[in-house]
Amino acid sequence: MLSIRNVRVRYGPIEALHDISLEVNEGEVVTLIGSNGAGKTTTLGAVSGLLPLAGGQIHFDGHDITSLAPHKRVPLGLIQVPEGRRIFGTMTVAENLDLGAYARTDRANLRNELDEIYALFPRLAERRNQAAGTMSGGEQQMLAVGRALMSRPKLLLLDEPSLGLAPLLVKEIFAVVKRIRAKGVTVLLVEQNAHKALEVADRAYVLETGHISMTGDAKTLANDPRIKAAYLGA
Amino acid sequence: MEFLQQVANALTQGAIYALIALGYTLVYGVLRLINFAHGDVYMLGAFFGLFISRWTGALTLSQNNKSVPLWMTAVVFVGAMIGSALVGMVIERFAYRPLRTAPRLTALITAIGVSLLLEYGGQMAFSPDPQPFAALIAERNIIDTPSFSLSLVQLFIVGAALLLMLSLNFLIQKTKIGRAMRAVSIDRAAAQLMGIPTDRIIAFTFALGSGLAAAAGVLNSIYQPSIDPLMGVQVGLRAFVAAVLGGIGNIYGAVLGGLLMAFAETATVAVGLSRYRDAVAFAILILVLLVRPAGILGRNVAEKV
Repeated sequence: MLSIRNVRVRYGPIEALHDISLEVNEGEVVTLIGSNGAGKTTTLGAVSGLLPLAGGQIHFDGHDITSLAPHKRVPLGLIQVPEGRRIFGTMTVAENLDLGAYARTDRANLRNELDEIYALFPRLAERRNQAAGTMSGGEQQMLAVGRALMSRPKLLLLDEPSLGLAPLLVKEIFAVVKRIRAKGVTVLLVEQNAHKALEVADRAYVLETGHISMTGDAKTLANDPRIKAAYLGA
Repeated sequence: MEFLQQVANALTQGAIYALIALGYTLVYGVLRLINFAHGDVYMLGAFFGLFISRWTGALTLSQNNKSVPLWMTAVVFVGAMIGSALVGMVIERFAYRPLRTAPRLTALITAIGVSLLLEYGGQMAFSPDPQPFAALIAERNIIDTPSFSLSLVQLFIVGAALLLMLSLNFLIQKTKIGRAMRAVSIDRAAAQLMGIPTDRIIAFTFALGSGLAAAAGVLNSIYQPSIDPLMGVQVGLRAFVAAVLGGIGNIYGAVLGGLLMAFAETATVAVGLSRYRDAVAFAILILVLLVRPAGILGRNVAEKV
Protein backbone atom coordinates (compact mmCIF):
# COMPACT_ATOMS: atom_id res chain seq x y z
CA MET A 1 0.00 0.00 0.00
CA LEU A 2 2.84 2.38 0.91
CA SER A 3 6.21 1.96 -0.68
CA ILE A 4 9.17 4.19 0.11
CA ARG A 5 12.15 3.68 -2.19
CA ASN A 6 15.65 5.08 -1.57
CA VAL A 7 14.32 8.24 0.04
CA ARG A 8 16.72 10.98 1.10
CA VAL A 9 15.76 14.14 3.00
CA ARG A 10 18.00 17.10 3.66
CA TYR A 11 17.72 19.97 6.11
CA GLY A 12 19.94 22.52 4.41
CA PRO A 13 23.34 20.93 3.92
CA ILE A 14 22.66 18.14 6.44
CA GLU A 15 21.21 14.89 5.18
CA ALA A 16 18.80 13.54 7.79
CA LEU A 17 17.63 10.45 5.90
CA HIS A 18 20.06 8.42 3.82
CA ASP A 19 18.50 6.02 1.39
CA ILE A 20 15.47 4.82 3.34
CA SER A 21 13.29 2.08 1.88
CA LEU A 22 10.27 0.57 3.54
CA GLU A 23 6.95 -1.06 2.76
CA VAL A 24 3.61 -1.04 4.50
CA ASN A 25 1.03 -3.57 3.34
CA GLU A 26 -2.73 -3.18 3.58
CA GLY A 27 -4.14 -4.07 6.99
CA GLU A 28 -0.79 -4.03 8.77
CA VAL A 29 0.41 -2.07 11.75
CA VAL A 30 4.03 -1.23 11.04
CA THR A 31 6.17 0.58 13.55
CA LEU A 32 9.24 2.66 13.10
CA ILE A 33 11.35 2.72 16.23
CA GLY A 34 14.63 4.38 17.05
CA SER A 35 16.19 6.85 19.39
CA ASN A 36 15.77 10.62 19.38
CA GLY A 37 17.07 12.18 16.19
CA ALA A 38 17.21 8.91 14.27
CA GLY A 39 14.88 10.31 11.60
CA LYS A 40 11.51 8.82 12.52
CA THR A 41 9.53 12.05 12.32
CA THR A 42 11.48 13.07 9.22
CA THR A 43 10.38 9.84 7.54
CA LEU A 44 6.73 10.60 8.29
CA GLY A 45 7.21 14.17 7.07
CA ALA A 46 8.42 12.77 3.76
CA VAL A 47 5.38 10.50 3.49
CA SER A 48 2.84 13.20 4.37
CA GLY A 49 4.63 15.66 2.07
CA LEU A 50 5.63 18.39 4.51
CA LEU A 51 9.30 17.71 3.75
CA PRO A 52 10.54 17.70 0.15
CA LEU A 53 12.66 14.75 -0.94
CA ALA A 54 16.27 15.08 -2.00
CA GLY A 55 15.99 11.74 -3.74
CA GLY A 56 13.93 8.57 -4.06
CA GLN A 57 10.26 7.84 -4.66
CA ILE A 58 7.12 7.30 -2.62
CA HIS A 59 4.13 5.37 -3.94
CA PHE A 60 0.82 5.09 -2.18
CA ASP A 61 -2.13 2.94 -3.21
CA GLY A 62 -1.05 2.89 -6.86
CA HIS A 63 -0.21 6.62 -7.06
CA ASP A 64 3.23 8.15 -7.36
CA ILE A 65 3.03 10.77 -4.61
CA THR A 66 6.73 11.68 -4.61
CA SER A 67 6.13 15.34 -5.40
CA LEU A 68 2.40 15.66 -4.65
CA ALA A 69 1.38 18.61 -2.42
CA PRO A 70 0.60 17.52 1.16
CA HIS A 71 -3.06 18.54 1.03
CA LYS A 72 -3.58 16.44 -2.12
CA ARG A 73 -2.37 13.31 -0.35
CA VAL A 74 -5.24 13.39 2.14
CA PRO A 75 -8.03 12.66 -0.38
CA LEU A 76 -6.02 9.61 -1.54
CA GLY A 77 -6.49 8.17 1.95
CA LEU A 78 -3.23 9.14 3.63
CA ILE A 79 -3.26 11.28 6.76
CA GLN A 80 -0.81 12.08 9.52
CA VAL A 81 -1.45 12.64 13.20
CA PRO A 82 1.42 15.03 13.83
CA GLU A 83 3.84 14.86 16.73
CA GLY A 84 2.72 17.06 19.60
CA ARG A 85 -0.93 16.68 18.45
CA ARG A 86 -1.13 20.09 16.76
CA ILE A 87 -4.86 20.40 17.36
CA PHE A 88 -6.50 23.76 16.66
CA GLY A 89 -6.58 24.91 20.27
CA THR A 90 -8.93 27.88 20.11
CA MET A 91 -11.50 25.99 18.05
CA THR A 92 -14.06 23.59 19.52
CA VAL A 93 -13.69 19.83 19.52
CA ALA A 94 -16.48 19.56 16.94
CA GLU A 95 -14.80 22.11 14.68
CA ASN A 96 -11.50 20.25 14.92
CA LEU A 97 -13.21 17.02 13.91
CA ASP A 98 -14.95 18.77 11.04
CA LEU A 99 -11.61 20.05 9.75
CA GLY A 100 -10.34 16.48 9.64
CA ALA A 101 -13.02 15.84 7.04
CA TYR A 102 -12.12 18.96 5.03
CA ALA A 103 -10.95 17.08 1.95
CA ARG A 104 -13.96 14.78 1.80
CA THR A 105 -16.52 15.28 -0.91
CA ASP A 106 -19.15 13.00 0.61
CA ARG A 107 -20.11 15.40 3.36
CA ALA A 108 -23.54 13.81 3.66
CA ASN A 109 -21.93 10.75 5.28
CA LEU A 110 -20.00 12.71 7.88
CA ARG A 111 -22.63 12.06 10.54
CA ASN A 112 -21.76 8.32 10.58
CA GLU A 113 -18.05 8.99 10.97
CA LEU A 114 -18.70 11.48 13.73
CA ASP A 115 -20.90 8.99 15.62
CA GLU A 116 -18.21 6.34 15.26
CA ILE A 117 -15.52 8.65 16.58
CA TYR A 118 -17.64 9.79 19.49
CA ALA A 119 -18.27 6.10 20.27
CA LEU A 120 -14.52 5.43 20.13
CA PHE A 121 -13.74 8.47 22.30
CA PRO A 122 -16.74 9.22 24.56
CA ARG A 123 -14.78 12.07 26.22
CA LEU A 124 -14.79 13.96 22.95
CA ALA A 125 -18.56 13.69 22.70
CA GLU A 126 -18.91 15.19 26.17
CA ARG A 127 -16.63 18.04 25.24
CA ARG A 128 -17.71 18.68 21.70
CA ASN A 129 -18.42 22.37 22.24
CA GLN A 130 -15.38 23.04 24.40
CA ALA A 131 -12.26 24.80 23.10
CA ALA A 132 -9.89 21.97 22.22
CA GLY A 133 -6.88 23.64 23.86
CA THR A 134 -8.51 23.53 27.29
CA MET A 135 -8.58 19.72 27.36
CA SER A 136 -5.98 17.49 29.00
CA GLY A 137 -3.03 16.15 27.02
CA GLY A 138 -4.58 12.70 26.71
CA GLU A 139 -7.88 14.11 25.48
CA GLN A 140 -6.04 16.28 22.98
CA GLN A 141 -4.24 13.22 21.66
CA MET A 142 -7.58 11.43 21.27
CA LEU A 143 -8.87 14.46 19.39
CA ALA A 144 -5.84 14.48 17.10
CA VAL A 145 -6.48 10.83 16.26
CA GLY A 146 -10.22 11.37 15.89
CA ARG A 147 -9.64 14.38 13.64
CA ALA A 148 -7.45 12.30 11.35
CA LEU A 149 -9.98 9.44 11.29
CA MET A 150 -12.63 11.91 10.08
CA SER A 151 -10.85 11.91 6.73
CA ARG A 152 -11.65 8.18 6.50
CA PRO A 153 -8.03 7.23 5.80
CA LYS A 154 -6.69 4.02 4.32
CA LEU A 155 -3.34 4.65 6.00
CA LEU A 156 -2.90 6.50 9.27
CA LEU A 157 0.53 7.90 10.09
CA LEU A 158 0.86 8.19 13.87
CA ASP A 159 3.77 10.25 15.12
CA GLU A 160 4.73 9.65 18.77
CA PRO A 161 1.15 9.33 20.05
CA SER A 162 2.26 8.41 23.57
CA LEU A 163 4.66 11.35 23.96
CA GLY A 164 4.18 13.16 27.27
CA LEU A 165 1.24 11.04 28.41
CA ALA A 166 0.77 9.37 31.80
CA PRO A 167 1.26 5.56 31.80
CA LEU A 168 -2.45 4.85 32.01
CA LEU A 169 -3.13 7.03 28.98
CA VAL A 170 -0.24 5.42 27.10
CA LYS A 171 -2.00 2.11 27.57
CA GLU A 172 -5.24 3.61 26.33
CA ILE A 173 -3.63 5.09 23.24
CA PHE A 174 -2.20 1.72 22.23
CA ALA A 175 -5.60 0.12 22.80
CA VAL A 176 -6.94 2.73 20.40
CA VAL A 177 -4.35 1.74 17.79
CA LYS A 178 -5.64 -1.82 17.99
CA ARG A 179 -9.21 -0.66 17.54
CA ILE A 180 -8.25 1.48 14.57
CA ARG A 181 -6.64 -1.52 12.96
CA ALA A 182 -9.76 -3.58 13.65
CA LYS A 183 -11.68 -0.97 11.62
CA GLY A 184 -9.50 -1.94 8.66
CA VAL A 185 -7.20 1.09 8.73
CA THR A 186 -3.53 0.46 8.03
CA VAL A 187 -1.19 2.14 10.51
CA LEU A 188 2.39 3.35 10.31
CA LEU A 189 3.38 4.11 13.88
CA VAL A 190 6.42 6.09 14.96
CA GLU A 191 7.27 5.59 18.63
CA GLN A 192 9.98 6.08 21.18
CA ASN A 193 8.20 3.64 23.44
CA ALA A 194 9.60 0.64 21.55
CA HIS A 195 8.26 -1.86 24.03
CA LYS A 196 4.62 -0.83 23.52
CA ALA A 197 5.07 -0.27 19.81
CA LEU A 198 6.45 -3.76 19.20
CA GLU A 199 3.60 -5.20 21.21
CA VAL A 200 0.93 -3.68 18.98
CA ALA A 201 2.72 -3.92 15.60
CA ASP A 202 3.01 -6.73 13.06
CA ARG A 203 6.34 -5.62 11.67
CA ALA A 204 8.95 -3.08 12.63
CA TYR A 205 11.79 -1.07 11.17
CA VAL A 206 14.61 0.20 13.35
CA LEU A 207 16.02 3.58 12.38
CA GLU A 208 19.51 4.59 13.37
CA THR A 209 20.98 7.98 12.40
CA GLY A 210 19.07 8.26 9.16
CA HIS A 211 19.17 4.71 7.86
CA ILE A 212 17.32 1.48 8.56
CA SER A 213 19.50 -0.81 10.64
CA MET A 214 17.11 -3.71 11.21
CA THR A 215 13.71 -4.87 10.07
CA GLY A 216 11.49 -7.82 10.70
CA ASP A 217 8.56 -9.34 12.50
CA ALA A 218 7.66 -7.30 15.60
CA LYS A 219 7.71 -10.28 17.95
CA THR A 220 11.07 -11.47 16.67
CA LEU A 221 12.54 -8.02 17.06
CA ALA A 222 11.13 -7.69 20.58
CA ASN A 223 13.17 -10.75 21.53
CA ASP A 224 16.31 -9.75 19.69
CA PRO A 225 19.10 -9.16 22.21
CA ARG A 226 20.43 -6.11 20.33
CA ILE A 227 16.99 -4.47 20.36
CA LYS A 228 16.48 -5.41 23.98
CA ALA A 229 19.78 -3.81 24.91
CA ALA A 230 19.35 -0.66 22.87
CA TYR A 231 15.62 0.15 23.07
CA LEU A 232 13.89 -2.01 25.62
CA GLY A 233 16.17 -1.31 28.53
CA ALA A 234 16.69 -4.98 29.29
CA MET B 1 -26.38 67.89 20.94
CA GLU B 2 -22.95 69.01 19.79
CA PHE B 3 -21.69 65.87 21.50
CA LEU B 4 -24.21 63.67 19.70
CA GLN B 5 -23.15 65.20 16.41
CA GLN B 6 -19.55 64.29 17.10
CA VAL B 7 -20.56 60.75 18.00
CA ALA B 8 -22.41 60.35 14.70
CA ASN B 9 -19.45 61.66 12.74
CA ALA B 10 -17.01 59.45 14.63
CA LEU B 11 -19.18 56.38 14.01
CA THR B 12 -19.19 57.09 10.29
CA GLN B 13 -15.43 57.48 10.14
CA GLY B 14 -14.92 54.54 12.48
CA ALA B 15 -16.98 52.23 10.27
CA ILE B 16 -14.64 53.03 7.38
CA TYR B 17 -11.47 52.52 9.44
CA ALA B 18 -12.87 49.26 10.79
CA LEU B 19 -13.50 47.85 7.30
CA ILE B 20 -9.90 48.57 6.30
CA ALA B 21 -8.46 47.37 9.62
CA LEU B 22 -10.24 44.04 9.05
CA GLY B 23 -8.13 43.48 5.93
CA TYR B 24 -4.87 44.08 7.80
CA THR B 25 -5.94 41.74 10.56
CA LEU B 26 -7.22 38.96 8.28
CA VAL B 27 -4.00 38.85 6.27
CA TYR B 28 -1.89 39.07 9.40
CA GLY B 29 -3.89 36.17 10.82
CA VAL B 30 -3.05 33.75 8.03
CA LEU B 31 0.43 34.99 7.04
CA ARG B 32 1.83 36.94 10.04
CA LEU B 33 2.50 39.68 7.48
CA ILE B 34 1.57 43.35 7.59
CA ASN B 35 0.36 43.97 4.07
CA PHE B 36 1.52 47.57 3.72
CA ALA B 37 -0.07 47.76 0.28
CA HIS B 38 -3.52 47.38 1.86
CA GLY B 39 -4.18 51.14 2.04
CA ASP B 40 -3.43 51.33 -1.67
CA VAL B 41 -5.85 48.53 -2.42
CA TYR B 42 -8.42 50.74 -0.65
CA MET B 43 -7.40 53.58 -3.02
CA LEU B 44 -7.77 51.27 -6.03
CA GLY B 45 -11.24 50.33 -4.78
CA ALA B 46 -12.22 54.00 -4.92
CA PHE B 47 -10.84 54.32 -8.48
CA PHE B 48 -12.60 51.13 -9.60
CA GLY B 49 -15.75 52.71 -8.15
CA LEU B 50 -15.12 55.88 -10.15
CA PHE B 51 -14.58 53.98 -13.42
CA ILE B 52 -17.71 51.91 -12.93
CA SER B 53 -19.65 55.08 -12.08
CA ARG B 54 -18.48 56.55 -15.37
CA TRP B 55 -19.31 53.42 -17.29
CA THR B 56 -22.81 52.96 -15.85
CA GLY B 57 -23.57 56.68 -16.25
CA ALA B 58 -23.88 57.23 -12.50
CA LEU B 59 -21.20 59.92 -12.63
CA THR B 60 -23.02 61.91 -15.33
CA LEU B 61 -26.31 61.66 -13.42
CA SER B 62 -24.59 62.86 -10.27
CA GLN B 63 -22.88 65.76 -12.07
CA ASN B 64 -26.26 66.86 -13.42
CA ASN B 65 -27.62 66.79 -9.87
CA LYS B 66 -29.87 63.86 -10.65
CA SER B 67 -30.24 60.99 -8.23
CA VAL B 68 -28.43 57.74 -8.97
CA PRO B 69 -30.68 54.65 -9.07
CA LEU B 70 -29.98 52.07 -6.42
CA TRP B 71 -28.97 49.35 -8.88
CA MET B 72 -26.16 51.56 -10.17
CA THR B 73 -24.88 52.10 -6.66
CA ALA B 74 -24.99 48.35 -6.09
CA VAL B 75 -23.10 47.68 -9.35
CA VAL B 76 -20.42 50.21 -8.37
CA PHE B 77 -19.96 48.56 -4.97
CA VAL B 78 -19.89 44.98 -6.19
CA GLY B 79 -17.66 45.86 -9.15
CA ALA B 80 -15.15 47.77 -7.02
CA MET B 81 -15.04 44.95 -4.47
CA ILE B 82 -14.44 42.33 -7.17
CA GLY B 83 -11.79 44.52 -8.82
CA SER B 84 -9.85 45.03 -5.61
CA ALA B 85 -10.27 41.37 -4.61
CA LEU B 86 -8.59 40.38 -7.88
CA VAL B 87 -5.80 42.91 -7.31
CA GLY B 88 -5.31 41.53 -3.79
CA MET B 89 -5.03 37.99 -5.15
CA VAL B 90 -2.54 39.09 -7.82
CA ILE B 91 -0.41 40.86 -5.18
CA GLU B 92 -0.43 37.75 -3.00
CA ARG B 93 0.36 35.42 -5.89
CA PHE B 94 3.25 37.36 -7.37
CA ALA B 95 4.70 39.44 -4.52
CA TYR B 96 4.15 37.40 -1.35
CA ARG B 97 3.76 33.74 -2.30
CA PRO B 98 7.28 33.41 -3.73
CA LEU B 99 8.53 34.65 -0.35
CA ARG B 100 6.53 32.18 1.76
CA THR B 101 9.68 30.62 3.21
CA ALA B 102 11.84 33.76 3.07
CA PRO B 103 12.68 35.73 6.24
CA ARG B 104 9.86 37.97 7.46
CA LEU B 105 11.84 41.12 6.81
CA THR B 106 12.03 40.28 3.10
CA ALA B 107 8.25 40.02 2.88
CA LEU B 108 7.83 43.26 4.83
CA ILE B 109 10.13 45.19 2.49
CA THR B 110 8.32 43.68 -0.47
CA ALA B 111 5.03 44.90 1.00
CA ILE B 112 6.41 48.44 1.18
CA GLY B 113 7.60 48.06 -2.42
CA VAL B 114 4.17 46.95 -3.62
CA SER B 115 2.65 49.91 -1.79
CA LEU B 116 4.95 52.39 -3.53
CA LEU B 117 4.33 50.68 -6.86
CA LEU B 118 0.57 51.13 -6.50
CA GLU B 119 0.86 54.74 -5.28
CA TYR B 120 3.18 55.95 -8.02
CA GLY B 121 1.79 53.59 -10.65
CA GLY B 122 -1.58 55.05 -9.72
CA GLN B 123 -0.32 58.58 -10.28
CA MET B 124 0.90 57.59 -13.73
CA ALA B 125 -2.29 55.76 -14.64
CA PHE B 126 -4.93 58.05 -13.09
CA SER B 127 -2.98 61.37 -12.89
CA PRO B 128 -1.94 62.72 -9.47
CA ASP B 129 -4.78 65.30 -9.42
CA PRO B 130 -7.83 64.79 -7.21
CA GLN B 131 -10.92 63.70 -9.12
CA PRO B 132 -14.55 64.23 -8.17
CA PHE B 133 -16.51 61.15 -7.15
CA ALA B 134 -20.16 60.41 -7.93
CA ALA B 135 -22.84 61.12 -5.33
CA LEU B 136 -24.05 57.53 -5.31
CA ILE B 137 -26.32 58.21 -2.35
CA ALA B 138 -28.66 61.20 -2.34
CA GLU B 139 -27.27 64.12 -0.35
CA ARG B 140 -30.01 64.79 2.07
CA ASN B 141 -30.40 64.79 5.81
CA ILE B 142 -32.59 62.31 7.60
CA ILE B 143 -32.43 64.28 10.80
CA ASP B 144 -31.98 67.99 10.37
CA THR B 145 -32.16 70.23 13.42
CA PRO B 146 -30.00 73.31 14.03
CA SER B 147 -27.85 71.37 16.49
CA PHE B 148 -27.85 67.86 15.06
CA SER B 149 -27.95 66.50 11.54
CA LEU B 150 -27.61 62.98 10.25
CA SER B 151 -27.24 62.51 6.53
CA LEU B 152 -28.48 59.57 4.49
CA VAL B 153 -24.86 59.07 3.43
CA GLN B 154 -23.75 58.60 7.05
CA LEU B 155 -26.56 56.16 7.74
CA PHE B 156 -25.73 54.27 4.57
CA ILE B 157 -22.04 54.03 5.48
CA VAL B 158 -22.68 52.69 8.96
CA GLY B 159 -25.40 50.33 7.69
CA ALA B 160 -23.30 48.96 4.82
CA ALA B 161 -20.26 48.51 7.04
CA LEU B 162 -22.34 46.71 9.66
CA LEU B 163 -23.82 44.39 7.04
CA LEU B 164 -20.35 43.56 5.70
CA MET B 165 -18.97 42.92 9.18
CA LEU B 166 -21.85 40.64 10.14
CA SER B 167 -21.43 38.73 6.87
CA LEU B 168 -17.70 38.39 7.50
CA ASN B 169 -18.34 37.14 11.01
CA PHE B 170 -20.78 34.55 9.71
CA LEU B 171 -18.31 33.47 7.04
CA ILE B 172 -15.47 33.04 9.51
CA GLN B 173 -17.44 31.40 12.31
CA LYS B 174 -19.96 29.27 10.49
CA THR B 175 -18.72 28.21 7.06
CA LYS B 176 -16.29 25.56 5.92
CA ILE B 177 -13.93 28.06 4.31
CA GLY B 178 -14.05 30.22 7.46
CA ARG B 179 -13.08 27.25 9.60
CA ALA B 180 -10.23 26.56 7.21
CA MET B 181 -9.08 30.20 7.50
CA ARG B 182 -9.02 29.93 11.27
CA ALA B 183 -7.15 26.61 11.07
CA VAL B 184 -4.53 28.12 8.76
CA SER B 185 -4.09 31.05 11.10
CA ILE B 186 -3.62 28.76 14.13
CA ASP B 187 -1.24 26.23 12.54
CA ARG B 188 -0.57 26.27 8.81
CA ALA B 189 1.35 22.98 8.67
CA ALA B 190 -1.31 21.13 10.67
CA ALA B 191 -3.97 22.59 8.36
CA GLN B 192 -2.06 21.28 5.37
CA LEU B 193 -1.86 17.84 6.97
CA MET B 194 -5.67 17.86 7.25
CA GLY B 195 -5.94 18.31 3.49
CA ILE B 196 -6.63 22.05 3.54
CA PRO B 197 -5.21 23.77 0.44
CA THR B 198 -3.47 26.49 2.41
CA ASP B 199 -2.31 28.52 -0.59
CA ARG B 200 -5.87 28.77 -1.84
CA ILE B 201 -7.12 29.76 1.62
CA ILE B 202 -4.46 32.50 1.84
CA ALA B 203 -5.40 33.79 -1.62
CA PHE B 204 -9.05 33.82 -0.57
CA THR B 205 -8.15 35.76 2.58
CA PHE B 206 -6.42 38.42 0.47
CA ALA B 207 -9.46 38.61 -1.79
CA LEU B 208 -11.75 39.01 1.21
CA GLY B 209 -9.66 41.72 2.89
CA SER B 210 -9.17 43.59 -0.38
CA GLY B 211 -12.89 43.46 -1.13
CA LEU B 212 -13.65 45.02 2.26
CA ALA B 213 -11.02 47.70 1.60
CA ALA B 214 -12.69 48.50 -1.73
CA ALA B 215 -16.07 48.82 -0.03
CA ALA B 216 -14.44 51.23 2.43
CA GLY B 217 -12.87 53.12 -0.49
CA VAL B 218 -16.22 53.63 -2.19
CA LEU B 219 -17.98 54.49 1.08
CA ASN B 220 -15.34 57.06 1.96
CA SER B 221 -15.53 58.57 -1.52
CA ILE B 222 -19.26 59.07 -1.19
CA TYR B 223 -18.61 60.82 2.14
CA GLN B 224 -15.67 62.91 0.94
CA PRO B 225 -16.16 62.97 -2.83
CA SER B 226 -12.64 63.60 -4.07
CA ILE B 227 -10.16 60.83 -4.74
CA ASP B 228 -6.47 60.69 -5.63
CA PRO B 229 -3.79 57.97 -5.87
CA LEU B 230 -2.28 58.85 -2.49
CA MET B 231 -5.58 58.80 -0.59
CA GLY B 232 -4.73 55.38 0.91
CA VAL B 233 -1.53 56.47 2.62
CA GLN B 234 -2.95 58.32 5.65
CA VAL B 235 -6.12 56.26 5.97
CA GLY B 236 -4.18 53.03 5.55
CA LEU B 237 -1.79 54.02 8.30
CA ARG B 238 -4.64 54.89 10.66
CA ALA B 239 -6.43 51.63 9.92
CA PHE B 240 -3.18 49.74 10.51
CA VAL B 241 -2.82 51.46 13.87
CA ALA B 242 -6.45 50.55 14.58
CA ALA B 243 -5.79 46.87 13.84
CA VAL B 244 -2.74 46.81 16.13
CA LEU B 245 -4.58 48.76 18.82
CA GLY B 246 -7.48 46.28 18.84
CA GLY B 247 -5.15 43.28 18.73
CA ILE B 248 -3.89 42.29 15.31
CA GLY B 249 -5.21 38.95 14.11
CA ASN B 250 -8.50 39.46 15.96
CA ILE B 251 -11.44 40.61 13.82
CA TYR B 252 -13.39 42.07 16.73
CA GLY B 253 -10.25 43.91 17.74
CA ALA B 254 -10.04 45.46 14.28
CA VAL B 255 -13.58 46.83 14.55
CA LEU B 256 -13.02 48.08 18.09
CA GLY B 257 -9.69 49.65 17.11
CA GLY B 258 -11.26 51.35 14.08
CA LEU B 259 -13.98 52.89 16.23
CA LEU B 260 -11.51 53.96 18.93
CA MET B 261 -9.28 55.62 16.33
CA ALA B 262 -12.20 57.54 14.90
CA PHE B 263 -13.44 58.65 18.30
CA ALA B 264 -9.95 59.77 19.36
CA GLU B 265 -9.56 61.64 16.09
CA THR B 266 -12.95 63.31 16.34
CA ALA B 267 -12.29 64.31 19.94
CA THR B 268 -8.89 65.78 19.04
CA VAL B 269 -10.43 67.80 16.23
CA ALA B 270 -13.35 68.88 18.44
CA VAL B 271 -11.05 70.42 21.03
CA GLY B 272 -9.25 72.30 18.27
CA LEU B 273 -6.09 70.25 17.95
CA SER B 274 -6.76 68.87 14.48
CA ARG B 275 -3.14 69.29 13.48
CA TYR B 276 -2.16 66.76 16.11
CA ARG B 277 -4.67 64.05 15.35
CA ASP B 278 -2.11 61.54 14.08
CA ALA B 279 0.15 62.31 17.02
CA VAL B 280 -2.75 61.59 19.37
CA ALA B 281 -3.52 58.36 17.53
CA PHE B 282 0.03 57.12 17.92
CA ALA B 283 0.21 58.27 21.53
CA ILE B 284 -2.85 56.13 22.27
CA LEU B 285 -1.29 53.22 20.43
CA ILE B 286 1.93 53.47 22.41
CA LEU B 287 0.09 53.75 25.72
CA VAL B 288 -2.13 50.76 24.99
CA LEU B 289 0.79 48.63 23.82
CA LEU B 290 2.71 49.47 27.00
CA VAL B 291 -0.10 47.99 29.05
CA ARG B 292 -1.28 45.32 26.63
CA PRO B 293 1.46 44.44 24.13
CA ALA B 294 -0.86 42.23 22.08
CA GLY B 295 -3.51 44.95 21.73
CA ILE B 296 -6.80 45.35 23.53
CA LEU B 297 -8.37 42.05 22.46
CA GLY B 298 -5.15 40.36 21.37
CA ARG B 299 -4.12 37.15 22.94
CA ASN B 300 -0.67 37.09 24.47
CA VAL B 301 0.65 33.86 23.06
CA ALA B 302 3.89 32.69 24.57
CA GLU B 303 6.19 30.94 22.14
CA LYS B 304 5.78 27.21 22.55
CA VAL B 305 8.76 25.26 23.80
